[in-house]
Amino acid sequence: MTPVLSVRNLFRIFGTACSRCFDGNDEICGNKCPWCGAIVACKNISFDLYPEEVLGIVGESGSGKSTLLKILYFEEEPTSGEMFIHLTKRNACFPGEAFMGSVDAANVLSLNSYQKRLFRNHYMGMVYQNPFLGLRMHISAGGNIAEKLFMAGFRNIAKIRERAIYLLEKTEVPGNRLDESPASFSGGMQQRVQIAKALSNVPMLLFLDEPTTGLDLSVQARVLDLIKSLQKEMRLATIVVSHDLGIIRHLTTRTMVMKDGEIVEAGLTDQVLEDPQHPFTQLLVCSTL
Amino acid sequence: MNLLNVDSISKTFTIHILSGKIIEGFKDVSFTVPRGTALGISGPSGSGKSSVLKCIYGSYLTTRGDIWYESPRFGRLNLTRSPLRTINQIREMEIGYITQFLKVIPRVSALDIVSAPLMEAGAFRKAARSAAGDLLEQLGIPQRLFEAYPATFSGGEQQRVNIARAIIKAPHLLILDEPTACLDADTTSVVLDILLALRKKGTTMIGIFHQPEILARFSDAIYRMKTDSDRGTIQ
Ligand SMILES: Nc1ncnc2c1ncn2[C@@H]1O[C@H](COP(=O)(O)OP(=O)(O)OP(=O)(O)O)[C@@H](O)[C@H]1O
Ligand SMILES: Nc1ncnc2c1ncn2[C@@H]1O[C@H](COP(=O)(O)OP(=O)(O)O)[C@@H](O)[C@H]1O
Ligand SMILES: [Mg+2]
Ligand SMILES: [Mg+2]
Ligand SMILES: [Zn+2]
Repeated sequence: MTPVLSVRNLFRIFGTACSRCFDGNDEICGNKCPWCGAIVACKNISFDLYPEEVLGIVGESGSGKSTLLKILYFEEEPTSGEMFIHLTKRNACFPGEAFMGSVDAANVLSLNSYQKRLFRNHYMGMVYQNPFLGLRMHISAGGNIAEKLFMAGFRNIAKIRERAIYLLEKTEVPGNRLDESPASFSGGMQQRVQIAKALSNVPMLLFLDEPTTGLDLSVQARVLDLIKSLQKEMRLATIVVSHDLGIIRHLTTRTMVMKDGEIVEAGLTDQVLEDPQHPFTQLLVCSTL
Repeated sequence: MNLLNVDSISKTFTIHILSGKIIEGFKDVSFTVPRGTALGISGPSGSGKSSVLKCIYGSYLTTRGDIWYESPRFGRLNLTRSPLRTINQIREMEIGYITQFLKVIPRVSALDIVSAPLMEAGAFRKAARSAAGDLLEQLGIPQRLFEAYPATFSGGEQQRVNIARAIIKAPHLLILDEPTACLDADTTSVVLDILLALRKKGTTMIGIFHQPEILARFSDAIYRMKTDSDRGTIQ
């Protein structure tokens, strides 16, 4: 089976890189290059994501998880590397379905910024830990979703409104809060609006960056259940970043462990958690027991 | 024909946080399981029984040796070297695993937990739930618990929900690690009857049972884990 997403040798270096930043030298401790001082936030990242699969990423703070997701979502330019997306046909009446046929098999990181934006609007969804990054707080919840639908090529206002209400109800936000701005919502509700927005274009790729961190436990549980059931129902290929191993165990089938910008271990989630190989993963698993 | 051929496998754990201390899980284990039979595994606590099963299921990486498995879908596979994606697919479609430790899925009703594998395989909700209900009933779970969350169940009830979920689709290979550990004698006997019926229908099994008489009833053959002094043998 062809992966939906393939990433090859991705680097993101902040600051002026020297050639040794790319070496993968073991002497480097932390993510700072000792020769030039640049920060290697993502270092030689390669992986595949398959259709309908949920892939987890764990790692300590600063290990490059968010940077990686931002690159995949075209929010951040990588320093080097390739990314391939294999599209499968969706419902033909979806706006913009015709447009992407040519992109298959091309390194999507080399698209121009207009093409990237189209790509993101039509095929990707992102939920951030911080709702301020994913939502515009001064426009209504419905407006937030409408905006994304508009960017994904929807033009019929009545249809957009109908879909916004449908999505909010699906994510258990009362439809009558449609015209209120998310600034007045609780944290849990803001995450639900973010999820509704991320799913509005029926993405092929869903990225979740610590989607429930900061919510209290009972709310966290309900948001997780929501994510899980929607992922199953819509058969979304999903990447979820979390430092919470319980969430990783609950949501994912495969897990990658990042440290100092590198993937130090990857495997079936139960294997990574029960028989961790890398010293860092062992420490991680031990610290939460 | 052998469904499973475990060929000289060993497992060591390297504990880096104890400055690289090496723990031996088990050493040089070999056995075969013919299709449609049940192999029991016995041995003292700590001899590596659970670890062997985890290596077969893929929760543990096998340090040395090969595990050959005849997959209806993929053909002959070395499970120690198969792509993760393939392992995942055969877990979904062919191999069931029940542990001595309960793994309840939070906030999902008993009926939904048990019917999920059928639904994922494309069955209709109504038919899947009715089959799940029948199986739970057979296992002696009272009807009033069908719609409740197993997180609140007793150990034995949770265990039976786990068993029901693992066998509802009649897996090709069923791996059992003390599945009757917290059940009373009557329920244990019911579980065993269900397992034996499943084997008759063609499911191959490999299982650990603490009580010798249960192990004897379950097994067509028994593999005894070696301790340091003697070697493992099949009887
Ligand atoms: N715009 C930037 N300029 C300079 N350095 C950056 C920038 N963005 C990220 N970094 C650095 O890159 C590294 C990776 O950051 P990133 O935000 O990806 O970490 P993370 O794994 O998501 O951590 P957390 O778990 O805390 O969210 C860090 O060392 C960070 O300081
Ligand atoms: N994840 C693990 N990490 C480190 N050591 C382990 C792990 N799992 C099992 N072991 C060790 O391997 C040996 C065999 O354990 P196990 O397979 O559970 O035995 P049994 O099931 O026969 O009681 C024991 O010494 C145990 O402590
Ligand atoms: Mg982050
Ligand atoms: Mg055991
Ligand atoms: Zn450098």
